[in-house]
Amino acid sequence: MSILIYTESENGTLKKAAFEVASYAAALAANAGSTVTAVTINSDNTEELYKYGVHKILKVSNDALTTFNAALYADVIKQAFDQENAKTLVLGSAANDKYLAPLLAIKLNAGYVPNVVALPESTSPLTLKRTAFTNKAFSLTQVTTENAIIGLAKNSFGLKEATTTGATEDFAPTLPASNTKVTNTDKATGKVTIADAEIVVSGGRGLKGPESWGMIEELAETLGAATACSKPVSDLGWRPHGEHVGQTGKPVASNLYIAVGISGAIQHLAGVNASKVKVVINNDPEAPFFKAADYGVVGDAFEVVPALIEKLKEYKANNA
Amino acid sequence: MKILVCISHVPDTTSKINFTNNNTEFDKNGVQFVINPNDEFGLTRAMWFKEKQGATVTVINVGTAETEPTLRKALAIGADDAIRIDAEPTDGFFVAKQLAKVISENQFDLIIAGRESIDYNGGMVPGMLAELIGANFVNMCIGLEVDGTTAKATREIDGGKEELETTLPLVIGTQKGIVEEKDLRIPNMRGIMMARKKQLTIVAADDTTATTTISGFEKPAPKGEVKLVSPDNLDELINLLHNEAKVI
Ligand SMILES: Cc1cc2nc3c(=O)[nH]c(=O)nc-3n(C[C@H](O)[C@H](O)[C@H](O)COP(=O)(O)OP(=O)(O)OC[C@H]3O[C@@H](n4cnc5c(N)ncnc54)[C@H](O)[C@@H]3O)c2cc1C
Ligand SMILES: Nc1ncnc2c1ncn2[C@@H]1O[C@H](COP(=O)(O)O)[C@@H](O)[C@H]1O
Repeated sequence: MSILIYTESENGTLKKAAFEVASYAAALAANAGSTVTAVTINSDNTEELYKYGVHKILKVSNDALTTFNAALYADVIKQAFDQENAKTLVLGSAANDKYLAPLLAIKLNAGYVPNVVALPESTSPLTLKRTAFTNKAFSLTQVTTENAIIGLAKNSFGLKEATTTGATEDFAPTLPASNTKVTNTDKATGKVTIADAEIVVSGGRGLKGPESWGMIEELAETLGAATACSKPVSDLGWRPHGEHVGQTGKPVASNLYIAVGISGAIQHLAGVNASKVKVVINNDPEAPFFKAADYGVVGDAFEVVPALIEKLKEYKANNA
Repeated sequence: MKILVCISHVPDTTSKINFTNNNTEFDKNGVQFVINPNDEFGLTRAMWFKEKQGATVTVINVGTAETEPTLRKALAIGADDAIRIDAEPTDGFFVAKQLAKVISENQFDLIIAGRESIDYNGGMVPGMLAELIGANFVNMCIGLEVDGTTAKATREIDGGKEELETTLPLVIGTQKGIVEEKDLRIPNMRGIMMARKKQLTIVAADDTTATTTISGFEKPAPKGEVKLVSPDNLDELINLLHNEAKVI
């Protein structure tokens, strides 16, 4: 019996999250005395998966799968799952993973547990710790079906190297007809996305208006970070909706979250609590965000941010 | 066009989250319940289809009698009628199965659900439901137009958006963006009065079993004190982030 993982790639390159999923599945397999098979779709750097404990790769190369299509991708993963006689599927928690997993839960007759943050507490019954109530709590969820799907929360397990030698096979699934087609994609190129970012720089209403985002973008660029914002900022149209983070927006699970001019309302914190380290820059020492932060600067963002950019540039120049 | 909007009944976003019964049950004491925010955006888009394209809008919830005020609120916002499937919603699969059964008996063209419920953050019901009833599915849907049996949808993707063309019957998992915050409707007196007269049908649940169960809850460990750095000493902040937190 093997564990199957779905590994996501972008423009032909596996994402870091794919290696985290591989690391997690390898630890799971080691405990269960089983093996890990990865299914990859139109990825070039598949060999790298062997560094993280994968034993076998089913490599799919098909022009009809160049753009993500949930119905087709789910079908491909099901065929791989069946071929490998797998009982467990592990995937990540990016938008596409969350699109696929519920479809697969039905196709595979599998209980699905999303947002899992650790290895199982028990394997019989399979019991997983996951976040609930938008990071305000954890639940221990048991799977009562024979097959299981584990959705691993981003940045919760990390990368664990465990080099294996494995075999790569070309896998040629039969594709069903699809009623859904992508007619246009509108995506900023060369920008770090919130989903993939190690560092996120986020701005709130304290920045007064959209014209203040020049310094936020510069700070983000200096750090190789993605930009984000609080809900009112996107409601006011200062920033696109895709940047709104929080309980009703995107979740952020980066290593570092820098909040500038954000008060720290409970709905905002819920979405960023999964970030490892939080820095707050706010001119009000009573702002609730300071209670949830690791580091804080009480000061005017319009002075602190430009100064911080200068210092970071100096620091980078000295440590290059 | 017949539209079904799936409504999840969730604790208000400001709720304190506590557990009882030896940390096995969510403590509902003093918690106010609301329409799941993602569903409220979806319902508002459904009202647009009703007003502009003559669609009928049914709202549905799988829940016990205590969710009825939430369904009544959806009726007050303007839905035509409501269905409550009488059961404790034990997991996403259980809910999707119950919904699929009612849908198979009632033919809906468009099913609008939220991307996820803000309580258990499953993000399961819409996708499972689509697969169970064999409908097309667009998740993280932030724009939708319907013309005959063709639908044009916009989906949020990491770092941007994507336009899709698909056909009815369609299930969407939606969120803010399908309508703007300012378009949300607060029920007025007339809406509330009318909602009282609208039909709320109670349907018995079938005997599906859930595929997952929750055995307990935990709260995150309390956070340590924040370390404050003076705005005149930002080198210290960089030092802490590099040497102590090891994140830059
Ligand atoms: C149903 C519901 C869902 C919600 N979901 C979300 C969500 O998902 N995400 C979210 O973010 N919010 C959400 N909210 C909104 C939330 O309650 C807050 O209103 C919001 O987070 C506040 O945004 P803010 O911190 O940017 O603005 P404010 O609360 O206005 O805070 C601005 C901050 O900037 C500081 N400031 C002002 N000037 C300066 C300066 N010169 N330098 C430095 N600091 C300065 C102020 O001290 C203040 O702390 C939700 C609300 C509801 C009702
Ligand atoms: N008990 C329920 N009754 C009706 N619809 C639900 C229920 N639970 C979830 N849904 C729908 O499914 C969406 C996603 O919920 P979930 O899968 O629980 O995160 C919600 O936004 C609702 O539209």
